Amino acid sequence: MSNNEYVVQMKGITKVYPNGVAANQGVDFNVKKGEIHALMGENGAGKSTLMKMLFGLEQPTEGEIIINGEKVSLSSPMVAISKGIGMVHQHFMLVPSLTVAENMVLGMEPKKGMFIDYKKAVEITEEYAKKYNLHVDANAKIIDIPVGMKQKVEILKALVRGAKILILDEPTAVLTTQETAELFKELINLKEQGYTIIFISHKLKEIKQITDRLTIMRGGKSMGVYETADISEQGISRLMVGRDVILTVEKEKAQPTDVVLKVRDLEYTDSWNRKMLDKLSFSVRKGEILGIAGVEGNGQRELVEMLFNLNVPDAGTVTVNGQNILGVPQRKIREMGVSLIPEDRMVYGIASSGTIEENLMSDRFDKKKYNKGMLFDMNAMHEESDRLIDDYLVLCKSRKQEVGMLSGGNIQKVVVAREFSSDPILIIADQPTRGIDVGATEFIRKKLVELSREGAAVLLVSADLNEVMELSDSLVVFYNGKIAAYFEDTSMLNDEIMGEYMLGLKKQTEEEVRRVCHE
Amino acid sequence: MLEQISSLIFQTDFVFSIFRITAPILFAALAAVVAEKAGVTNIGLEGIMLISGLFGTLFSYWTQSWMIGVLGAIVVGTLLALMMGFFALKLNTDIILAGIAINTMSAGGTIFLLYLFTGERGNTASLTSSNILIPTVKLPIIDSIPIIGEIISGHAVLTYIAFILVFVIWVLLYKTAIGLKIRAVGENAHAAESVGVSVIKIQYIALAISGILCGMGGAFMSMYYSQSWNTGLIAGRGFIALAAQAMGRGEPVGAMFSSLLFGLAQALRTKVSGMQGVSSNLISAMPYLVTIIGLVLYAASTMKKVKRRKADEANEEKK
Repeated sequence: MSNNEYVVQMKGITKVYPNGVAANQGVDFNVKKGEIHALMGENGAGKSTLMKMLFGLEQPTEGEIIINGEKVSLSSPMVAISKGIGMVHQHFMLVPSLTVAENMVLGMEPKKGMFIDYKKAVEITEEYAKKYNLHVDANAKIIDIPVGMKQKVEILKALVRGAKILILDEPTAVLTTQETAELFKELINLKEQGYTIIFISHKLKEIKQITDRLTIMRGGKSMGVYETADISEQGISRLMVGRDVILTVEKEKAQPTDVVLKVRDLEYTDSWNRKMLDKLSFSVRKGEILGIAGVEGNGQRELVEMLFNLNVPDAGTVTVNGQNILGVPQRKIREMGVSLIPEDRMVYGIASSGTIEENLMSDRFDKKKYNKGMLFDMNAMHEESDRLIDDYLVLCKSRKQEVGMLSGGNIQKVVVAREFSSDPILIIADQPTRGIDVGATEFIRKKLVELSREGAAVLLVSADLNEVMELSDSLVVFYNGKIAAYFEDTSMLNDEIMGEYMLGLKKQTEEEVRRVCHE
Repeated sequence: MLEQISSLIFQTDFVFSIFRITAPILFAALAAVVAEKAGVTNIGLEGIMLISGLFGTLFSYWTQSWMIGVLGAIVVGTLLALMMGFFALKLNTDIILAGIAINTMSAGGTIFLLYLFTGERGNTASLTSSNILIPTVKLPIIDSIPIIGEIISGHAVLTYIAFILVFVIWVLLYKTAIGLKIRAVGENAHAAESVGVSVIKIQYIALAISGILCGMGGAFMSMYYSQSWNTGLIAGRGFIALAAQAMGRGEPVGAMFSSLLFGLAQALRTKVSGMQGVSSNLISAMPYLVTIIGLVLYAASTMKKVKRRKADEANEEKK
């Protein structure tokens, strides 16, 4: 073939799903051998679809895929793997109760007679780990290893199956700053050994740091290919969303007053006997945003579950304006003025087969305002729904549209519209902008600040370090179910300091941490 | 009365009977273990055992060979399990419903088949003779050891096989490639699929193994335990086995111990119900009561686990 410089050529790719959604329209995507190539775009821009086709999970409606100069038909992941394509999925494809070595060889087990040669599996794992400088513990069970190592296992899995082209789907979404730095070193190492890497990410800084070239997608179309060095972060952002986005949030200094949420000595041990919350105490005051930073799995999820009665702690107290909320039905908690933006919006945030209106009304349909005698006052409901859709810029055909059909960002706007419009005195925002596009992110962050300045207490849990540092007035770092540090003022913080506390390298004294109780 | 009971319990024939009673439950419990490990719940154990038990008797009657009878039961058990697989894996019905269908079908279907093939109604008592029943074996050496010999020696061939299978299934699950695949498929089917393991194929294989084990269990019941086939032959053992699987945490050895517990309960029932001053109705409920208590204890301890898994699955779907 004429163009040997490219290992991957996707030409005029169009993908139309059976429901008529055109996820890709005439996309060209070319990757050179030995480069790190970023694929960027907002949610719903079509980048996942494009990569699914490259990995054989979906078939293009039109267009052709050429790998190493050879036209291929990638009918399944197995075919893709045999062509040297490997994918590291955002949600790891690992079996938790199996060991690292067992996961490595699954589907290609070394055998000794009738039995698995487990020793050989460990050897293979260690050999590859050494060769590519990706250190893993071959005998550890997946369930026991940290996220960073799981990712290495995923990369090794692809390599051991002969992948020369690695697709990494938002690999840094779950990593700490330090782990990300480590990953980048490993990726550059792989690149030097001649591997080609396709890197999907939203994070502009990372893209600038590690990639050679980038392809930007918007609305199912390619917005062009650029040398990373030649394009600015603003430039990328403009191409992605079609306008300039201000990612820093303007906010006045907080004037916190009375304590609203008071958590004291909360303890919880999970079903695997891990202490997820260890005598946790803190307070959130009216008018402030308290951020919770930390590597995922250090008790943040459990805390939020306790606060909204989705789980029961072993000990401790939680009050809102002096009233207990532990074990109180969610409806009562809501009546007290507590709002929740749940981490898992599809499960706890919305009923995806319901309409936008039904979802918006789901916490207030029984209020007097929306009822006329025994029946609903549909006009009042329509009016309110339309108002919320307008106010919260939900992009949709009408209030009758099914929520599940919206994009991630718009689904989250529906959740936020409902949660923010109930005059909350306390807002628990758990990963409020995870996996949604820049436009929606900006909007939700602005609203959150606005509400706090109007006097709501906000507890913000986020794995996005920039987000917690940017939005929070003060901030705590979770480590092993405890507060490792409390920062009253977030303006002096940077990634380095945070990382040290998040990874447990540093810890504040009890007295310093105790300040967050405001007693 | 307690004295009476304790004197009964410490008799060797009582301990002997525990193993005899445990064996069919153990077959079915292992069947449940293998299926569950692959992520398919085989709730049709009861029905598969009933039908394969019937065919065990029929085949042995037709050929006058107990061995072909057992093999026939195994083949029928396997085919039924694969049929369940076909409904659930290929036609996408709920596997629980497919299992219920098999159980319901077995109740009426067997009587029909029996009448069709033999003209008998309700049971096969008139067809059986001792030469086509599963034989018992006296173990050399062990047989001559006092007490132990009396307990361990002289069981039916299949009783020994049931206990040997605990080890075999464990090896299968933990030391072979197919076992690794079964466990991977049951725990994270997407992960298995992403490395080219055919989830459906593995689940078919697991169901087939499950069917083989049920076939043996059915044959054991009709060709040894009751000496003939009748409609009430299995009497809930398939469901007790599901409980044993759950209580044994889905592991072969665990399932063996919980099967033994149920075996003990049932053996006690048989013994005690013959005694005076004991309500036989109450006693006959005992094995089932033990099942319920076992399940409740198990459920309480795993509720959290299930909740977490559901949340994870929901996350998967969101992707």
